[in-house]
Amino acid sequence: MSVPLHHPGYDEDRVQLLMEKLPCRETQIGTLLALMGEPEQYCYPSIFIYGHRATGKSHVTQGLLRELELPHAVVSCVECVSAGILFEQVLLAFFGSSSTDSLPRNPFLSDFVRIYRQLCGQFPATQTRYIVLDKAELLRDMDANLLPGFLRLQELVEDNLTVILLSEIVWDKFRPNTGCYEPLLLHFPNYSKVELQQILAWDTHPSYSPELYSSYINILLGVFFSVCRDLRELRHLAALNFQKFCEPLEAGEAKEKDSHKLWRNIEPHLKKAMQTVYLRDVCSVQWEEAQSEEREVADLKGFSVHDHVELPYYSKYLLIAAYLASYNPARTDRRFFLKHHGKIKKTNFLKKHEKTSNHLLGPKPFPLDRLLAIFYSVVDSRVAPTASVFAQISSLVTLQLLTLMSHDDQLDAPKYKCAISSLVTLQLLTLMSHDDQLDAPKYKCAVSLDFIRAISRTVGFDILRYLYDFL
Amino acid sequence: MTTSSISKGCFVFKPSVPTRKKKKTLDAEDYFVNGSDDCKDSKLRFRICLDLWEDMKSETESVQDDLNKKILDSLLEFAKKSASSFMSREEDWASRMRASEIPVAALVLGVNLTDHNMTFQSLSDRLQHSVTPFVVSVQAKECAAVKYLLQKVLQRLTGVSMDKDEEETSTDLPQKSAHCFLRSLCDWYKTACKNSSGISPGKKRSFSQMDFSANPPIIVILKDLEAFSAHVLHAFILICSQYTQQLPLLFIFGIATSLSTVQRMLPHSVTSMLSIKLFQASSCTKHLATVIDKLVLTPKFPFKPSGKVLQVLVGLFLYHDFSVHNFIKGLQFCLLEHFHSQPLSVLCCKKQEAVVRTQQLSHQEMEKIRQLPSFMRFVEEQEPQEQVELLTSDEHLKELCQKLLKGLHRYHKNFFPILRCLHVLTSTLPKYPLGKQIRELHVTCLERNVWETEEYESAVQLLRILARDELLTALQKCVEILLPGKTKELRDALKQLQDLKDRLEQLDAYAHPLALDRHVEGRADDCFSENGLQKKTDLFQLQKTLLQMKDSRRTKERSPFELLRNETIEYIHSLVKMHLTRPESQPLYEVCYCTSSGTLRHHLNATPRTSLQMALTHPYCYLQNEALRNETGAISSAAPDICIVYKLHLECGRLINLYDWLEAYSTVVIAAEGEDPDPSEKENVDEIRHACFIRAVSELEFLGFVKSTKQKTDHVARLTWGGC
Repeated sequence: MSVPLHHPGYDEDRVQLLMEKLPCRETQIGTLLALMGEPEQYCYPSIFIYGHRATGKSHVTQGLLRELELPHAVVSCVECVSAGILFEQVLLAFFGSSSTDSLPRNPFLSDFVRIYRQLCGQFPATQTRYIVLDKAELLRDMDANLLPGFLRLQELVEDNLTVILLSEIVWDKFRPNTGCYEPLLLHFPNYSKVELQQILAWDTHPSYSPELYSSYINILLGVFFSVCRDLRELRHLAALNFQKFCEPLEAGEAKEKDSHKLWRNIEPHLKKAMQTVYLRDVCSVQWEEAQSEEREVADLKGFSVHDHVELPYYSKYLLIAAYLASYNPARTDRRFFLKHHGKIKKTNFLKKHEKTSNHLLGPKPFPLDRLLAIFYSVVDSRVAPTASVFAQISSLVTLQLLTLMSHDDQLDAPKYKCAISSLVTLQLLTLMSHDDQLDAPKYKCAVSLDFIRAISRTVGFDILRYLYDFL
Repeated sequence: MTTSSISKGCFVFKPSVPTRKKKKTLDAEDYFVNGSDDCKDSKLRFRICLDLWEDMKSETESVQDDLNKKILDSLLEFAKKSASSFMSREEDWASRMRASEIPVAALVLGVNLTDHNMTFQSLSDRLQHSVTPFVVSVQAKECAAVKYLLQKVLQRLTGVSMDKDEEETSTDLPQKSAHCFLRSLCDWYKTACKNSSGISPGKKRSFSQMDFSANPPIIVILKDLEAFSAHVLHAFILICSQYTQQLPLLFIFGIATSLSTVQRMLPHSVTSMLSIKLFQASSCTKHLATVIDKLVLTPKFPFKPSGKVLQVLVGLFLYHDFSVHNFIKGLQFCLLEHFHSQPLSVLCCKKQEAVVRTQQLSHQEMEKIRQLPSFMRFVEEQEPQEQVELLTSDEHLKELCQKLLKGLHRYHKNFFPILRCLHVLTSTLPKYPLGKQIRELHVTCLERNVWETEEYESAVQLLRILARDELLTALQKCVEILLPGKTKELRDALKQLQDLKDRLEQLDAYAHPLALDRHVEGRADDCFSENGLQKKTDLFQLQKTLLQMKDSRRTKERSPFELLRNETIEYIHSLVKMHLTRPESQPLYEVCYCTSSGTLRHHLNATPRTSLQMALTHPYCYLQNEALRNETGAISSAAPDICIVYKLHLECGRLINLYDWLEAYSTVVIAAEGEDPDPSEKENVDEIRHACFIRAVSELEFLGFVKSTKQKTDHVARLTWGGC
C-alpha cells in the first residue's frame, strides 16, 4: 500500500481525504473504486459485500458514496416491512419527492421497474447510480423475485445502475434454488489488533493528549483482545473505563508519562469489567456512577441479582408442575405422583435411548390436563379448580415463563397466544398447537433449573426428588 | 305480504319498524334497589354506600401516588438526564461516545399485571407534564408485527392516522410519507421542535406551556415487554438505532419478571445498542400492607370487613394474583354486598349521621334490630324489667341504639391504636408468635379474643424477658401511636405508658450511683444475660433460660427493672383485655361488619368447571324441576339430552364410538318412554332421537368435553380425565 493507486475520474484530494477518514480500509476502498470505474462508466450490475459485524461495511460504502458525491440511495432492509417501502425509498432518493405518486398501493417489482424506466427517461443518469441495501439477508424473506431482480436491475431498467448488497452472511446462503445472476463478492476481513488500536485511538478525549488515550487503548486491548474483537463492544468498554483511568491524573497522583502507575491503577478494574463483557447488564451511566462512588463493582452484579421473581403461591406450584411435566417422561408420572405405585425400579423403566439427560434435550410439550394433574398432586392443600387458577396459567404465558406451542411451528416462536392466561403471559409457560388451541392446548416450560429450584425452595418443595434425571 | 308486481319472484320485505317501547336503561342504582323490599330505604343505602366508596377510593388513590412517587421521580430524573446528554453530545466526550446507544429505563413492576396500567398512566402523565410532550405507550397485543408497532408509535405521536386502508378516500398527503416511518418521524420532529421554540405559535395544545427544553426526548413506553415477540422488538430497536443521531429516543420497558428477560429475548447485537438502567418498584405485598393500613385498620370508615372476609381477600391476593387492584375491587364488592343485603346498614355511617338516622327508623326496622343476634345477647344480660321495655317500647330502644352506636364507634377508635401497640410490641419477638404482619394479628383479634390464644400466651412470656432498650423503643413507638388518640381511654393509656417509660428511663439514671448495691448488681447481671439472650433466637435455649429465670425468681429478690417491666406488661395486658375484644361481643356489630365471606368467595373465586359438572350431573340444581330430583347416580331419561349424553360419555374411554353412544342414548330414552324396543319400528323412530343426540353431542363439543378426531372414523375423542 506504499503507492496509492490512481483512480481516474475522481478528485485525487478527495480520495486521499477519504482514505484518512476511513482508516485501515484502504485496500477495500481501492478495490471498490477500481470496480466502480469512472463515474460515467457503467459498473458491474451488483456487488455483494460481506464481513463480520463492525468491520466497516456500511461505514465505508456510505462514506465513499457520500464523499465522492455520487448519486446513491441507502436503504436498510430492516425498515422495509414491505417491498413497497424499499421501492419508495429508492425512487425518493433518485428522483425527488414527486416520484412515488405513481407507485401503486402494493407494488410489485415490475411496477417499480416500469416507473423507474419512465422517470429514467426524464432524468437520464449522467453518473452511475448506486443502490445500497444494508442487511441484505432480510431480502431473502421478502418476495422471491426481489433478490434476483435486484441483482440484475441494471439490465431490467436499462440504466447506469449498480446495486451494492451489504450483509454479515456469506453469499452461499443467499443463492436461490432457481439460480440467479452472480454478483461480485467483496470480503471485509476482521480488523487486526494493530488496526483496532489505530481506530479506537481515533476518538480521543478533548481534555487529554492523544498519546495518553492511545496508551490507554493499548492497555485496554491487552486485556480484552483475547476475549473480544468486536469494535463496537471495545469502544463501549473504552468509554466506560476511561474515567477511572484518568482518576490518578485528576487527583494529581500521577503524570501522563507515568504509564506504569496508570496501568497499575486501571488493571484490576478492567479485570472486573472482563466478567461482564458482552453482557451489558449495567448501563454505562450506572457503571460510571458506581465507579465514581468508589463502590465495589462486584456489588453491582447487574441483572443476575434481580433475577428473583416473586410469584403468587399457586403460580409457583403451577410452574413447578409445568417444569416436572416438561422434563419428566409421561410414563414416569405414576412413579412420582402415585402413593402406591408398586415396585417400579429405575432400571425397569429406563429405556436405552433415555439415558441422555432430559435436561440436555430441552423441555417437551405437555397437555393442560397433565399439568393440572401434576399440580393437584404436588400442591399440599386442596385447591378448588377455580377460574383464577386457570387465569394464572395464562398470565404465566404472558410473562414468558410458559410457552404456548403450536403444531405447525413447534420450533418457531409461538404465533398464537392462547388464553390460559397468566403463566403463558409471563412466558413461564409455552403453549403449543394450532387448531387444538381451545380443545387441548399444549405448553412448554420456559424456565431454567436454577430458577425453578429457587422457586421451589421458597415453598419448601424438594424438586430434585421429583425429577427423573436426578434419580 | 302482497306486492304490486305481477311477475313471480322473490321480494324482500323489510319489517315495519315496531313501535319501540321506551326501554329504560337500568343504572347501578336500579340494580341495587331491585330485589329488595323497601325501595326508599335501599335508595338511601345506595347513596351512603356510594359516598363511603368515594371516600375510600380517594384514600387508595393517594396511597398509590405516594407509593410510586419515589421510583417515578427517579425515572423522570433519568429521562431528563438522558435528554440533556443528547443535547450535549457535541461537546461532552462521554455523551458522544454513548451517542449511538438508546437509553432504556427498565421498570420492573412485579407479576401483578393488572396493576400496571395505573402505574403507567401516572408515569406518562408525569412525563408529559414535566419532561416532554412526546410520550407514546404501546401494548404488545397491538403490535403483532413491526409494521403495526411503527404505525402505532407514529400515529400516537403525530396524531395523524397512518392507516392506509382507512384513508383511501381522504387526502393522500400522509399516504406518501406513511411508508418510511421513522424518516417521516424525523421530519415531523424537526418541525415540531421548531414550532415549540417559538418561531410560530404551537398548534398542539401540549406546546402551549413551552417549558420543555429545545429538544424534548421522544419516549416510547412498551408496557409489557414479555408479551412482545422477540422478532418485533429486535427489528424495532434496530430501526430506531439508525436514527439515534436525529432523534433523542428513550425507551421505557415495563418488565414483570426480571431484567434477564431482556437478555433472553434480544441478542447481543441488539442489547449493545441499548443502555439499560434498572428501576425496581416496591413489592406488591408492601403495597397491600399500606392499603390495608389505610382502608381497614382505621376507624375513619365505618364499614368493616369481618375476619373471614379479610382472609378470603388476602388469600386471593397471596395465592392467586398478587394484585392490589383486585384486592380493592374485592373490598368494594364487600361494601356493595353489605349495603345490599343488610337492611340495617343505613346506620353504617358517621357517628352523628347514624344518631340522627336512628331517630328516623321505622317500626319494622326496630323489629329487625331486635332480631339481631348480638342485640339479643345484649338483652339477655339486662334486668327483666329492662328487657321488657326494650322489646316493647320503640322509643326506649331508639335511645339505647344511639348509645350502643356511640359505643361501637368508641370501640373502633380504641381498637385500632391498641392493636397497633400490641403489634409493635410483638412484631420484634423471635418466631413471631402473633404474626409478622399486622393483618395477621388483626384477623386473630377479629376471630376470637386474642388474650385467650396460646400464641398470645407465648408472646407475653417472651415480652416478660425483653431487654430494657428494646422495651423502651417499643414503648416509645406505642406512645407515638397513641398520641393522636382523642378518646378518654386512649388518653389515659397514653399517660400511663408515658409514665412507665419515664420511670424506665430514670431507672437507668439511678442505677449508676448505686452500682455497688447488691440489689442492683443482681439486676445488672440479669440485664446482661437478657441482652445476651436477645442475640440467639433458638427456642430451646430460650425455654431453658426461661425455666432458669423462673427458678431464680423464686429465690432471688426481683430487681426494680424487673418489677417495672412486669408492671408494664401487666398494664398492656389489661389494655388488650379491655379494648381488643372481638367485634361479635359488641351489640349491633352487624351494622358495620360485612360477614358474607361465602358469597364473596363464590363471586370472586368462581369455579366454572365445578359448576358445569354440577349442571350436567345434577340438573336439578339449576333447573329446579321436581322430576329430576330423586336421582341417585342413575341416568334419568327426564333429564335434558345433554345430561344423558354427558353421563353416558363418562363411561367411555378416550375414544368414543359415536354409534355405540347413540345406541346407548336411544336405549335410555326409549326405556323412559316405556316402549318396548321394537326392532322393526326402531329405524324410523330414531330420526328425531338421532337429531337430539347429534345436537347434544355438538353441545358437548362446544363445552369442550369431546372433539372430533381423525385417528379413527366415527369416533370422537374425550378431552376430560377419567378415561379408562
